[in-house]
Amino acid sequence: MFKIREKLQQTEVWKSIFRHNYQDTNRNRALQIVDNVFLHLHPVRISRHATNLGFTWGMGGITFLLFIVLTITGVILMFYYRPAAEYAYEDMKYLMNDVAFGPLIRNMHRWAAHAMVITVMLHMFRVFLTGSYKAPRQFNWVVGVLLLVLTLLLSFTGYLLPWDQLAIWAVTVGTNMARATPLLGHEGPFGQQLGMRIDNDVRFVLLGGTQVGPPTLLRFYVGHCIFLPLIATIFMVVHFWRIRKDGGISGPAGNGKE
Amino acid sequence: MRNLWVLISKPDNIPIVGLLFLVILYTWYSLSKALKNDRQGFLDESTLSEKIQVWPNLVRVEFLGTLFVMVVLVFWSFLIDAPLEEPANPTLTPNPSKAPWYFLGLQEMLVYFDPWIAGVVLPTFIILGLMAIPYIDINEKGNGYYTFKERSWSILIFCFGFIVLWVSLIVLGTFWRGPGWYFFFPWEPWDTHRVVALTNIDLSEFFGVHTRSADYSLNPAAFIFGAVLVLGYYSLIPLYWILKKDKSGLLKKLGPIRYNVTAFLFLTMMSLPIKMVLRIGFNIKYVWVTPWFNI
Ligand code: HEM
Repeated sequence: MFKIREKLQQTEVWKSIFRHNYQDTNRNRALQIVDNVFLHLHPVRISRHATNLGFTWGMGGITFLLFIVLTITGVILMFYYRPAAEYAYEDMKYLMNDVAFGPLIRNMHRWAAHAMVITVMLHMFRVFLTGSYKAPRQFNWVVGVLLLVLTLLLSFTGYLLPWDQLAIWAVTVGTNMARATPLLGHEGPFGQQLGMRIDNDVRFVLLGGTQVGPPTLLRFYVGHCIFLPLIATIFMVVHFWRIRKDGGISGPAGNGKE
Repeated sequence: MRNLWVLISKPDNIPIVGLLFLVILYTWYSLSKALKNDRQGFLDESTLSEKIQVWPNLVRVEFLGTLFVMVVLVFWSFLIDAPLEEPANPTLTPNPSKAPWYFLGLQEMLVYFDPWIAGVVLPTFIILGLMAIPYIDINEKGNGYYTFKERSWSILIFCFGFIVLWVSLIVLGTFWRGPGWYFFFPWEPWDTHRVVALTNIDLSEFFGVHTRSADYSLNPAAFIFGAVLVLGYYSLIPLYWILKKDKSGLLKKLGPIRYNVTAFLFLTMMSLPIKMVLRIGFNIKYVWVTPWFNI
């Protein structure tokens, strides 16, 4: 193996691509991390157990990966989808039947979304079981809970967009509960006393109407494609920043600095 | 049996089968790691605490993990199509209409509580309660490794909330709930015309006190009965404090604010299983009926 590699490294083609060789030293390994805008999210050195899948289950990382996959496939879907009641369903049909790789992109988006909810649940479960929310990581747990809520909301708003029976009724069931919000819903305790009606309570604001209809589709679309991903990205930035500042992945001796 | 297969192989239900499998696997795996750590007197994690270079050690794991996840996802997406049903029709309600699977726990709670509790108040407390965990758990041990012995209570309470009240209610809502939100065995065919004559009663009526008089006005005795029970339930919090304050080191360490928050969240969480037992076991609808809201 080494012989072949050495031979290869002598060839003109190789030399024209890689201008000098890479010496496997600790200095070079560190430079790989700090010189790369993406990798420098990481520290240069970490404790061995933090790379151990038996410890973290890799669930936070997989959640982030799925979020990236969802962003890319989601942008592609946006090329084919118009968030208006008269087009939305037809666009989905077109995507599933006539667009090259359309079904693959849509399936990847849907299954990655389901998978992300599962991995974020398991990530929280792992963080609890290793007690990693304890000092100094209390606040990062709180950021995490917000990310969990945002993940669920992203998934829920996306559920409506195909504009089929499954979509509108699942969202109808989900948003019906808002009628009963205490004080702010027209069927909630003290709602009527405060002047809440079906056409001015929180549910009305959420749906843009008295039932799930075209304005709801537009609201959920904007929330799903712009507002929620933006907020989620901001909180993820804070989440990752705090992991570093809190001393890296937790560990029995890892409560000091990285 | 055909119905079981129909349910499991529905494209949107496959992730739930996966979730159930993973939760069982990880619960077993992490508890066995925890018990091993407790038993052997040293921590497995401590044997792995030397510092290593991120490049290539972590980057390699991330790369292989990414590859694995992408292969699974692409295969999954080639094999199974995302569902696309009939176009939206606001006049045609499917039976049952189910919320997306991660909200089925909330939909199940609607059986036991009025929507303002099940749909608004409890979810709010779930989110706030999760956020409060790091601040109310003052046990410093068990930070950054698997253990059961050193924090058994917090693990038991969290697992009860996560596994019993979330994951298993998702599974219940997906596989056991059919038309009319009635209970069906997963292998039982769904009978869309099933009507169960339910004679739900209020808790006071269980003891012979009628909630309403013949003219439908509220019976003050029933109102007071419910008030005593509900307020009595929450007054366990100060009562326990007064009784145990001087004897219990834990209460002293918690202090009054943390104690009250913890106890309130705990009792609120336990109100769900209590209401489930009352409802399923005894057909009890409300514990407390008032002119403004019912609990
Ligand atoms: C979109 C959602 C989320 C993403 C992308 C994410 C990502 C990550 C990543 C990559 C890590 C590094 C360690 C690991 O992979 O386990 C991590 C750690 C952590 N996460 Fe998350 N996370 C998310 C949601 C959550 C949630 C829901 C919680 C808790 C409620 C949480 C709490 C934490 C804490 C406390 C740590 C530090 C763990 C330690 O030091 O051992 N995160 N997160």
